[in-house]
Amino acid sequence: MAESGKIDPMHQFAIEPLFGTDHLSLGGYNIAFTNSALYMVAAAVVLWIFVIGGMKRELVPGRWQMAVEYMTGFIKSLLIANVGEGGKKYIPYVFSLFMFILLANLLGLLPLGLIGLHPFTFTSHFTATGVLAILSFSIVLIVGFWKHGLHFFSLFVPHGTPLPMIPVIFPIELVSFMVRPFSLGLRLFVAMTAGHVLLKVLAGFVINSSNAGVGYGLTVGSASFILMIGISALEVLVAVIQAYVFALLTSVYLNDAENLH
Amino acid sequence: MPQIAQIAETYASQIFWMLLTFGFVFFVIGRGMVPKVQATADARDAKITGDLDAAKAAFARADEAEADYRTRDAESRAAAQATLARAKAEAAKASEGQLAAADAEIATRIGAAEARIQAASQAAMAEIETVAAEAARDMVARISGVNASDEAARNAVKAALAHG
Repeated sequence: MAESGKIDPMHQFAIEPLFGTDHLSLGGYNIAFTNSALYMVAAAVVLWIFVIGGMKRELVPGRWQMAVEYMTGFIKSLLIANVGEGGKKYIPYVFSLFMFILLANLLGLLPLGLIGLHPFTFTSHFTATGVLAILSFSIVLIVGFWKHGLHFFSLFVPHGTPLPMIPVIFPIELVSFMVRPFSLGLRLFVAMTAGHVLLKVLAGFVINSSNAGVGYGLTVGSASFILMIGISALEVLVAVIQAYVFALLTSVYLNDAENLH
Repeated sequence: MPQIAQIAETYASQIFWMLLTFGFVFFVIGRGMVPKVQATADARDAKITGDLDAAKAAFARADEAEADYRTRDAESRAAAQATLARAKAEAAKASEGQLAAADAEIATRIGAAEARIQAASQAAMAEIETVAAEAARDMVARISGVNASDEAARNAVKAALAHG
């Protein structure tokens, strides 16, 4: 990471194949098991363990079961608030989406560097967030055309649009609709990347200023370190908020598909 | 920026592992486990609602039973009072009858006693008359030596007695 005193804040996003799977391929495509894939598996496994704790199905729940039921209840109320009663059938999808992103964000924030591991946040890669965004957008398209047929295009003509305005409004609405998967995927990628870069830059300040001398270390270094503590707390908040925003926007888009507007 | 710099080598691996892991999350956890967790929570909510409804119904039944008890209480009180009043009236009537009967009995007894007293006093008067008449004849015979008739003596006694 540190080459001759120079710290590259971008190195944390580098993808490296693990366990010698560099040339693992499927149909001509390289599917090496990378550090990114490792964290995807970790997020899935942690989520799996978390939900298993909620499977006791007791009438009077314990703490763990209560926590799992709180999360499913949270997604349920999110969908009911945004989509209505018809939104309940999306609970499995939005729950998976929210929890997977949340755990990915939080696992990437773990201070595993202290024990020599390299933490990795796969939600800081648009190749990963893009898959989720395209999945959400595809579900919106499929549900929309399945339920409303070509009538789904009326989504691009808001209620009460005067007739002469329709040729103008329609392309604008269409573009704003088509931009959704990009904004969905890029928002998460940008937020996670920016936060991690900021933390790494501040960490570089601490290290480099300490190397430059005690005076720099005590002034610039400690100031940066205090700032890092605050920003780390902020990053935990961002991790939760970005997962929530992804789930919320997905349910808002699902509402368009379910109910038009 | 590795996200862009490495995209050509890593996009396939990223998409593959993303679809694999998210597919596992969606199908095994989202579709397989979450509905069961949700069903447990729904069952609990239903049970709580059901229990609350049952409690409410029981409360209503208790109110009903209390109202029922109150009306029956009032009814039986009224009935008891009516029975009491009837018994009182009957008792009063019966004692009145007995009193009247006793009065009549006493009156007849008094009448009979009075009649007996009268008869006795008449008999006594007659006795006195006879004795007085004999005494008067004896006195007349002693004083004057005349044998007064029984008739005359009797009349004289009667006159004397009448004068008192």
